[in-house]
Amino acid sequence: MIADFRRLRAGMAGLAFLVLTALVAVAAPLFISGHDLSAAFAPGAPRQAPSSDFLLGTDAFGRSMVDVTIWGARISLTVGLLATLLAVGIGALVGITAGHFGGWAGTVLMRVTDWFVVLPVLVLATALASVLSPGMGTVVVAIGVTSWPRTARVVRAQTLSVEARPYIERAKALGGGHGHVMGRHILPNVMPLMLAQATLTVSEAILAEATLAFLGLSDPTKVSWGTTLQLARQVGAVSADDWWILLPPGLAIVAVALAFTVVGRALEQVLNPRLQELM
Amino acid sequence: MSISLPALPDAATPPPPPDGAAVVRRRGLAISPRYAAGRIGGAAVSMLAVVFIGFFLFRIVPGDPVRAMTRGRPVDADQLAALRHQFGIDKPLLSQFADYASRVARGDLGTSYQYKSSVSALIGSHVWPTVYLVGTATVIAAVLGIRIGIRSAWRHGSRADRANSGIALVLWSMPTFWLGLILIVVFSVGFGPIPGLFPTGGMSAPDVHGFFPVVWDHLRHLVLPCLTLVAVLYAQYLLTMRATLLEELGADYLTTARAKGLRDDDVRRRHAVPNAMLPAVTLVFLNLGTAVSGSILAETIFSWPGLGSLFYEALTVPDLPLLEGLFIFFAAAVIVMNLLAELLYPILDPRVRTT
Repeated sequence: MIADFRRLRAGMAGLAFLVLTALVAVAAPLFISGHDLSAAFAPGAPRQAPSSDFLLGTDAFGRSMVDVTIWGARISLTVGLLATLLAVGIGALVGITAGHFGGWAGTVLMRVTDWFVVLPVLVLATALASVLSPGMGTVVVAIGVTSWPRTARVVRAQTLSVEARPYIERAKALGGGHGHVMGRHILPNVMPLMLAQATLTVSEAILAEATLAFLGLSDPTKVSWGTTLQLARQVGAVSADDWWILLPPGLAIVAVALAFTVVGRALEQVLNPRLQELM
Repeated sequence: MSISLPALPDAATPPPPPDGAAVVRRRGLAISPRYAAGRIGGAAVSMLAVVFIGFFLFRIVPGDPVRAMTRGRPVDADQLAALRHQFGIDKPLLSQFADYASRVARGDLGTSYQYKSSVSALIGSHVWPTVYLVGTATVIAAVLGIRIGIRSAWRHGSRADRANSGIALVLWSMPTFWLGLILIVVFSVGFGPIPGLFPTGGMSAPDVHGFFPVVWDHLRHLVLPCLTLVAVLYAQYLLTMRATLLEELGADYLTTARAKGLRDDDVRRRHAVPNAMLPAVTLVFLNLGTAVSGSILAETIFSWPGLGSLFYEALTVPDLPLLEGLFIFFAAAVIVMNLLAELLYPILDPRVRTT
């Protein structure tokens, strides 16, 4: 499987980019100090065009856009990963339960899932974020509880196919309870699919985080790609053509979201032999 | 940008046709009354759930809705009490819910806190610009996405396919609001050698008279928000159409069609595409949720005077009654459109009738 994945060039490139981004984000405190990101005692003059001092210019407070963009990766990736953990957790629980028990319980669970699929998710997430107190935790919850349905569907389908295999019957005959079958037999089998779904969900969660932050529903004091763009719009960077403030955070979002999507699709392709034949 | 790719309903992936014919027409009623009743019942249950969630989300989750709405403004105890009375929050929860449910059932969505006028009337006065924007963008995105998706799948692996899929994936990974901002910078404000070609926002300029100038002015205002929304929707159409057609490509009936000596174009147009069309058509309806979300961002960025801008304004206050009303309205619109789609399936694809 790993060898299959390694043959997919786009997936490998995406993965390499993500590893690099993660390393830079984790190492950021080593070369960016709190002073560099302080709004009150910013290192430069506000909204300076790129120069030799500030390679990408400065933002509305006078902070280096290079530092702001690198630091933004920390919040965006953290929120994206935590929200995904929540979403995939809920999705797997709902999917495995619906697939394993079937019957009316499964039907009800899948109807709830369908209901969530259809609903305008952004409206639900923004509504949730607006009624809870603004902050990062709220954003994680708002994204997590609205983006699990696709995982639930995929996991349920896989659960149904695993349930039909003889060894599940054997496990049941040997006295394995529901918990044992779901935890020891089904979960390991749906794990790879969950990983692929998780990778795709991260890219959506990062986009959602940026969107919620842009709508002013996140913690404005935390430097993330979304809040940087929100700040840029508030101070009129758009009508002033301050491209150096608008481009880096946006391109960073596109690059990271694209990398996650590409890796997720490559994983799906590896896991689904039928797709492999066709592509 | 969308938060989740709408998965297709089970009905959209029926088993391949057994006899190898592209589309089998059967006689009789297209929709069985039982099927229709089931779908309508399902939609009604969904709607009830929306009404219930609306109450839960805007009355119970905020703790004290009035305090949430007046956050950051100086309000004394008397005013708070008056507001509580105005929104009926001083009553016990159960009777609040009864009031709310009967109100919504009558089509009364309450009174906006910010505008001091009926939420239903506000929605009524803002709905058409949104319908117009979302409708235009959906048609353009669907036509482009489906056409290019078909070509991409038919020549899968070619350079054109890789380029098209790549563009779709990039658009898919792009935050809607950022694309809007960049479009404003490049085409409205003007960047470098590019002059400001289009207005930065709104639906029309105030000092334009005469039929043709008004239409021209209007189109100029429509271009950028519409382009933003098309970019959001296009990727999904292309990728879905491409994926479903790819699934069909291995089917035996296509080999049969080719063995009969049909031209490549005919095999594609008459045999493969009709079978792959249903998920794409379904997506037009299912995408409405995404379109509504995209519309909120596009309208906010371009100050388009529709429901999306209204939602954003309500969000910044926060005007909970208005948010609640818009939430119910958006959800209802999506549910109704999906119901229409489900009633349309059996007419579009006879295979659904048997399920």
